[in-house]
Amino acid sequence: MIEVRKLVKRFGLKTVLRGLDFHVEPGEFVALLGPNGAGKTTFLRILASLSRPTLGEVIIANHRLPAQAGALRRRIGVVSHLPLLYGELTAEENLRFYGRMYAVPGLEARLAEVLDLVGLAARRRDLVRTFSRGMQQRLAIGRAVLHAPEVMLFDEPHTGLDQEACDMLEEVLREVAARGRTVVMTSHDLARVADLASRFDVLSNGVIVASVQRAQIQPDDLLGFYRQALRSA
Amino acid sequence: MDGAPVVSHAKTPGLLEGMRLYLRSIAALVWKDLAAELRSRELLSAMLVFALLVILIFNFALELDTRTRATVTAGVLWVTFAFAGTLGLNRSMAMEKDRGCLDGLLLAPVDRSAIYFGKAIGNLIFMILVEVIVLPIYSVLYNINLFQGGLLLVILLGSLGYVAVGTLLSAMAVQTRTRDILLPILLFPVAIPVLIAAVKSSTGFLQGLEMAEISPWLNLLLVYDVVFIAVAFMVFDYVVEE
Ligand SMILES: Nc1ncnc2c1ncn2[C@@H]1O[C@H](COP(=O)(O)OP(=O)(O)OP(=O)(O)O)[C@@H](O)[C@H]1O
Ligand SMILES: [Mg+2]
Repeated sequence: MIEVRKLVKRFGLKTVLRGLDFHVEPGEFVALLGPNGAGKTTFLRILASLSRPTLGEVIIANHRLPAQAGALRRRIGVVSHLPLLYGELTAEENLRFYGRMYAVPGLEARLAEVLDLVGLAARRRDLVRTFSRGMQQRLAIGRAVLHAPEVMLFDEPHTGLDQEACDMLEEVLREVAARGRTVVMTSHDLARVADLASRFDVLSNGVIVASVQRAQIQPDDLLGFYRQALRSA
Repeated sequence: MDGAPVVSHAKTPGLLEGMRLYLRSIAALVWKDLAAELRSRELLSAMLVFALLVILIFNFALELDTRTRATVTAGVLWVTFAFAGTLGLNRSMAMEKDRGCLDGLLLAPVDRSAIYFGKAIGNLIFMILVEVIVLPIYSVLYNINLFQGGLLLVILLGSLGYVAVGTLLSAMAVQTRTRDILLPILLFPVAIPVLIAAVKSSTGFLQGLEMAEISPWLNLLLVYDVVFIAVAFMVFDYVVEE
């Protein structure tokens, strides 16, 4: 589903990704772990076609980036560091706007469904400006799944969520995974991703330094695996 | 989640269907900008207050008598529109950038020129709204009739060219830390041909010159409008992607 070879990304003189190789099968749920500044966000932004690779090959769902990005965008859903929402629009209006940009069929019904899913149905007429951080994050998740994408790229989606919202997110992610969709998610919360992802990759210094299937590791050993990966890098 | 199969709406649309989606996403963008502005009114009110202040300041600074007024009106008007327009262009793009919404737009499965056209049309509407309010006030204050067909056409074409290049440059400027300063520094030199042509043809209409004298400027204005829109259409993608 995702095939990345020798990916290099430079910002000016600074090299952030140094020949990264990455491969994801359809239906896999990859948790991308790594310390601050490792390049996780940079990598996800390239997968999302928001940023151009400096060198290397990126192919998602048979589309080569950046040349075929246009056709690919309909198939990916992104939760980023920022909520990507308009403060002066209501929750519903935000989703309606994005729904139109994606030409989502049966939009009004889908809006109600997604607002229900993220637990914001009661606040749908409120301006996003008045939302708490966690509520904005909920809506950002709703925005990302609105067009039922096949590939989800989630950058620290747990940030700001309360316990209930985390459960909601997990429910969303499990459902997504159950549908055979592909997920790449960054997180700093090992305990949370431990029983969510099907594979754990550690990104450090711009390359993947270790990778393990969930079947091959006990949830309790994940922290040890992560530390070991960083030490040996 | 919906019950649709995984490949539900991932087909590549045909040409006609693609065109329809393209236009609809432009409309969605314009609708979004208008809806947000209707709520906050921050952009329009800032542009308006600023425009009215500029007009008043010019009035005091130049101590216009009736005769000179006729000759400088076009210049005063276009300086006002250009300054107020810059304010609007800056705000409108900053609103996309600050909460990461520009990324949200760039993620959408439409050609990126649709984003350009959506933003440009929104900006044009705001600029015309300001002009619609400034013109009668100027007319009353200075006792000049500005409501002439020819002049209104020039204002429309001039604003179009200004917004066409301004929207592109604001997308460029917003990526930098110094965006508020950078936009006018980039925009004024590039937009000079539009402004000169607009001032010349406006003056022509205000002084009741022959059409033969005005039309070269009018043509220049038209040519620049077309060129700016075409260039922006081609390079917008490169400007917004890192
Ligand atoms: N636009 C940019 N220009 C210059 N450097 C950048 C840019 N974006 C990211 N970087 C640099 O790239 C490196 C990786 O950043 P990135 O945001 O990808 O890290 P991350 O793994 O997501 O970290 P975190 O866990 O803190 O989110 C950092 O050193 C950062 O300074
Ligand atoms: Mg990050």
